[in-house]
Amino acid sequence: MTVRKNQASLTAEEKRRFVAAVLELKRSGRYDAFVTTHNAFILGDTDNGERTGHRSPSFLPWHRRFLLEFERALQSVDASVALPYWDWSVDRSTRASLWAPDFLGGTGRSLDGRVMDGAFAASTGNWPISVRVDGRTYLRRALGASVRELPTRAEVDSVLAMATYDMAPWNSASEGFRNHLEGWRGVNLHNRVHVWVGGQMATGVSPNDPVFWLHHAYIDKLWAQWQRRHPGSAYVPAAGTPDVVDLNETMKPWNDTTPADLLDHTAHYAFDTD
Amino acid sequence: MPELSRRRALTTAAALTATAGAHTAVAPATRANDHHTPGSPDSPGSLASPASPASFDEVYKGRRIQGRPTAGGGHHGDGHHGGGHHGAGYAVFVDGVELHVMRNADGSWISVVSHYDPVPTPRAAARAAVDELRGARLLPFPAN
Repeated sequence: MTVRKNQASLTAEEKRRFVAAVLELKRSGRYDAFVTTHNAFILGDTDNGERTGHRSPSFLPWHRRFLLEFERALQSVDASVALPYWDWSVDRSTRASLWAPDFLGGTGRSLDGRVMDGAFAASTGNWPISVRVDGRTYLRRALGASVRELPTRAEVDSVLAMATYDMAPWNSASEGFRNHLEGWRGVNLHNRVHVWVGGQMATGVSPNDPVFWLHHAYIDKLWAQWQRRHPGSAYVPAAGTPDVVDLNETMKPWNDTTPADLLDHTAHYAFDTD
Repeated sequence: MPELSRRRALTTAAALTATAGAHTAVAPATRANDHHTPGSPDSPGSLASPASPASFDEVYKGRRIQGRPTAGGGHHGDGHHGGGHHGAGYAVFVDGVELHVMRNADGSWISVVSHYDPVPTPRAAARAAVDELRGARLLPFPAN
């Protein structure tokens, strides 16, 4: 059984194996396919049109499936690897062990944002940015530069307290848990973390930075926490909503799985602390 | 891999240039708005109104940024949802290369290089993109 652990509690060996598996997916070309898929949905999902991966109720089940695909790919390289999660409400400084050279490496240099240490620094030759929106082929970050603070635990709790999963018009203007977690309304959780990291993480090709997976693994964990806190609250909408993935409708690009199929994460993995 | 992606980018750039030229030719109505004084305010009320914001054309931090309403959507496909480009109804360019922008339901804007950080106008999105690019050239977005 896959157990997703807090990144802060990983052993040196677990970090080494995670990094090695990610690098192997990159070397084989499988990694960049995930970046391409994410960017295609970022470009295609719109508030007034078809929306699946973002700004819609299926933001959470879509990313749950996307992460499962990535985790299975990692496990095809090294069966011992699981996706760790980053609780950015606790590990909220640039000095967190997450950003150490033995794990993801640190922030970018001021000249051009280039990450200079860790396994994903361009100088290693192992992490070319191939799926990109501009000419720069090196991993960039600017931790805390565009927005000063990561969300606090109190802000997370204020969003977890929202009992309604999502609301019409089912997009970036919605009230309810999903859109406040995604961050288009209110205190802004998920979106703000992308902005705080900066570099490619602030763009449509955000999975170019491996922290993408750790960020979304924590967003996914918050969904699980919300479900436990509100056992009477369900995924909505239930049926008949144009441009929006209803509970029992299949999701692109897989076309073989529905939000209903993905509500219970325990069929696929457990968390270290539930 | 980098060799392949550069070839692909160049091919797409050529296709885009051709499309952009044709596009201007079939949308003469928008030309009248094309040459606002640099630094002029974006159209008031653009946040609340469904109407497209005004055009703009300025040099910002040494780079030419332009924005203009487009006649309908679908001028090129992103090849993903099957319906082509989502048709923002407004196009933004940085040094002549189209920057993918999107309007949110509340009237704010984002671009593909600043996708999680809404700003009030397409001009603000173009300026944010120039800030983010730090001089790097933008790639035409179907190649992304």
